[in-house]
This record gives sequence, structure tokens and C-alpha cells, in this order.
Amino acid sequence: MSTTYTPPAFTAPLPVPTPLTRPFWDALAEHKVRIQYSPSLGEYIFYPRPLAPRTLADDLQWREISGAGTLYTYTITTRPVAPHFAAAGPMVLAVVQWDEGPKFSTELVNVAHEDVRIGMRVKPVYCDYPEAGITMLRYEPEA
Amino acid sequence: MGLRGEAAILGFYELPPERKLAREKTFNLEQWARLSKAALDDAGLDATDINGIVTPLIGEASMFVPSTITEYLGIDANFAEIVDLGGAGSAAAVWRAAAAVELGLCDAVLVTFPGTHEVPTDERRPFVMEDSMYFGASSNKYGSPQAEFEIPYANLGQNGPYGQIAKRYGYEFGYDELAMAKIAVDQRTNACATPGAVFHGKPITAQDVLASPMVADPLHLLEIVMPCQGGAAVVIGNKDLAAKSKNRPVWIKGFGERVPYKTPTYARDLMYSPMVHAADQAFSMAGITRDEVDMVSIYDCYSITVLMSLEDAGFAEKGKGMQFVNEHDLTFRGDFPMNTAGGQLSFGQAGIAGGMHHVIDGVRQIMGRAGEAQVADCNRAFVTGNGGIMSEQTALIFEGE
Repeated sequence: MSTTYTPPAFTAPLPVPTPLTRPFWDALAEHKVRIQYSPSLGEYIFYPRPLAPRTLADDLQWREISGAGTLYTYTITTRPVAPHFAAAGPMVLAVVQWDEGPKFSTELVNVAHEDVRIGMRVKPVYCDYPEAGITMLRYEPEA
Repeated sequence: MGLRGEAAILGFYELPPERKLAREKTFNLEQWARLSKAALDDAGLDATDINGIVTPLIGEASMFVPSTITEYLGIDANFAEIVDLGGAGSAAAVWRAAAAVELGLCDAVLVTFPGTHEVPTDERRPFVMEDSMYFGASSNKYGSPQAEFEIPYANLGQNGPYGQIAKRYGYEFGYDELAMAKIAVDQRTNACATPGAVFHGKPITAQDVLASPMVADPLHLLEIVMPCQGGAAVVIGNKDLAAKSKNRPVWIKGFGERVPYKTPTYARDLMYSPMVHAADQAFSMAGITRDEVDMVSIYDCYSITVLMSLEDAGFAEKGKGMQFVNEHDLTFRGDFPMNTAGGQLSFGQAGIAGGMHHVIDGVRQIMGRAGEAQVADCNRAFVTGNGGIMSEQTALIFEGE
């Protein structure tokens, strides 16, 4: 008996929205950022949930935010983190803190690696993938 | 609150790690049996003394893991527990076992962590590379927050997020790459006094560390663990069995644990790790101060984990960890003996058994069995476990009497 081996095709995985998270992704498709806010907690939260983290308050509302923020931290992946990202070359893996508070895992683009600074102001880059029906939210330096 | 310190580690076994497996391939279940037997022999106890087990996830089962193991070994367990806390799992398993002994559920508990992931294959049962292996313990299943909000941005695995933590540390407190390198260098000195360490006989300098390839800025290759094949086990028993054991009992006097998040993006303050709470609880439970500890074994998947654990466990002031490292000799013969068998950085990280290296480092010292690397008059040890991306952390305090 012989076995065959098909090498996996390493394409970067794209998100698949769930019924609960759909409003976030629908907003990105319109090139807007919409996240949840808990009035009783007095805080925006991310990622989307059915109840507010910590209090489990059942009062989450979807609110549009500007999407602007500051770079909280980053690293440059000299080596790919998985074969799926090898074609992308070194990436700036970033955590952006929105002006409204929550932090967001993302990628910083349109910037020379030596110009990246924690604390720098960043703005959204909406990346449409029409064939997958998804828009990814990346970031670039403001101005 | 907490343990009375009436359960002790009575025996241990740690396979010398191998970067490339030279030993025969065996399944995790077979490893479980053989590692356990070796630890029992070390303690001088009988298999029939055992009535509890604690295990990590194993390769051959995705559910019903504890009962699969008790059946395989023939143990009528009163306590059969699985811990899923990554690198914190070993330390977490130790206190759970101690608690089961102190509650009177068990006379003795096996804590066994198979760490050889290369297992036999067959053409009808080939090795299959699963997403979880590529994505470094981030779940790519539908509905997983990691699948939706982390993996698509390559925020996965370990190197990237640990690099992000180190970068933020440098932004808030400053960064001395020579101090970070010294952590690896001092541990290598310890490995050179520890036969069986993968880097035994291979001393390094700070320049070697800084000249090694940058993997995830600012972390260099020699600041990152070397995955190995291995495995380890300890036997934890009550006072009666401690009296029968041939080793100096290592009493588990205190523990603490905190598990607040999976992905560090969502830490409320990334610069204060869960170790703050875990260590405070452990010291409070044991009723001793930081100064009364004779050695520490700090989970060291990355240099930054060691640095922040030293601060957050209260040995160094927040933001002054690099100064602390520069001012102390961290080798077994130094004024602050740490990771005296080389740590995982220089002893080798045997997969999920990596955390056991720190448990056994502390045990070996208190039992007085560390050979050339023995710390003189070592009676108290502080041991940490760290899972995920500094997101699951456990602290233990051991004491010999």
C-alpha cells in the first residue's frame, strides 16, 4: 500500500465572522470601525462578546469609533511566525490602542521598519478581500 | 488559607533532553508509565502506594485522558486530574497533587509529563501536521477569538508576542541588551555544571547571545528556548510515605496561580504579569520572605520571561530587573542562584514537560543531589511556571526540613 502526500497550500488565513461578531465586520466592509460599549461598565470593549467582560453586564451596545489610536507595542518578525506568512516577508506585528481604550492586534503597514516607534499615532488601512467577503483592518502612521 | 505543608515531593525523574531523538520512539502513554516507574524507584516507593495522578494533555487522547492513564497503569485513583495550562501546567499539577494529599484523598500522587512528542507512526497512521502545530497553540477553530482576531494578523505562536512584550518593556523602563544576554550566559554556566543538559560543555558569552540571529525584535535566538525531546515525573506523598522515602522530603509550603487571559493584547497592563498575584499568594501561604529563599527556578522560555518574573515575583523592583541581573551572579555559585541546572534555555525544553525542569531544579537542590551545581545549604526554593504568553502563571515554594 502506498500513501500520497499533498503539501498543504500555505495561504494566510482570513477571519470568518460569526453571527455575534458580524456587526464589527459589516462596519469594516464600509471602512468604519464599530465596537461594543457597556454603559454600566463605562468602557468600550474588544473583541465582541455577548456580555461585558468582568461584570457580565447585559448592556453591550454597538458604537462607531474613529479607528484612530496609538501604537502600544510591536515586533518585527525576522522569521515567519508560520509558513502561511512566509511570502509576506518580515511583518510589523502590532498592538494598537484605540483612543477609546481597547487594544487591537494588527499589522503596521506603509512604514519603514526603522521609523516604527511605540506611542506613534496610527490610522486605519482598510484591506478588502472581495473574494472572501472580508475586510481586514491594518494600520499605518498618521500623516 | 492554603496548604499546611504536609505533602512532599519524594522522588523525581528527568530524562536528559535530546534535540534530535536518539531514544526509541514510544507513545505518550508508554512514556507516562516509564517516567512514573522511574520516579517511584527514585523515591523508593511502590506503585501500589499511588492513588492519584495529574497529567497534561497527551498525544493519544483528546478527552477522557486521566481515566485512559489510570487504566493503562492500573491505578485506582481517588483523584485523576488533567491540567491544561501550558508551561504553567507542571507547577500547577504539583500544587493540585499536594492539595489532594492534604485533603486526605490520596496517599501519593504521580505528576508525570511526557515530553517526547516524536511518537511511532505507521503508514496507516501517518504523522499529520495540524493547524495547532503551525499556529503555536492559537486555536483556528470557527468561533475562536484567536481564529478571528489574532491568527489572520500573524499574532500567533510565541516569538512574536514575547517580542511585543519585550519591546513594550523597553519603551516603559529602558532596555539593556547586555543584561538580557547575561541571563542566558549565567544559565549556560549552570548547564555546563549539569551533565545531561543539551548545552553541557558549551559555554557562551554575552557577545555570542547578541550575535545570534534576531528572531523577533529585540529577542535573539540564544534568548529563546530550544525545543527538545524528553519528559519528567515527580511523586508527591503524605507524611507517612515521606518517612519511608529514601530522599530528603521536599515539602510544598505555598503556591499561587493566576490565569487572566490567553492573548497578551488583552492584558489590562502588560507590564505586570500574573506572577504578581501568584508569587504574593505563594509567599503569604508559606509564611516566608523573599530573602529566605536559597534558590529560584524561574520559567525561562525567553529571557524577557525571566526578567519580568524576577520583578513581578518581588525579587527586583519593577523596571529595575536589568540592573538586578547585572548586580547579581545568577549562577549556582553566585549570590542569587537561579535555574541552577541551566534552565530550559540551556538544559532544553522538553515540550510540555519544560515546566517540570523548574520543579525538579528546586527539588534536586533541596534534596542535595545537584552534584557540581549544588547550592550550599539549600533549604528553600521558589519555582515558577508560565503558560501561553505570560498569561497563565503559577508559583511554588518548597522547603526541606
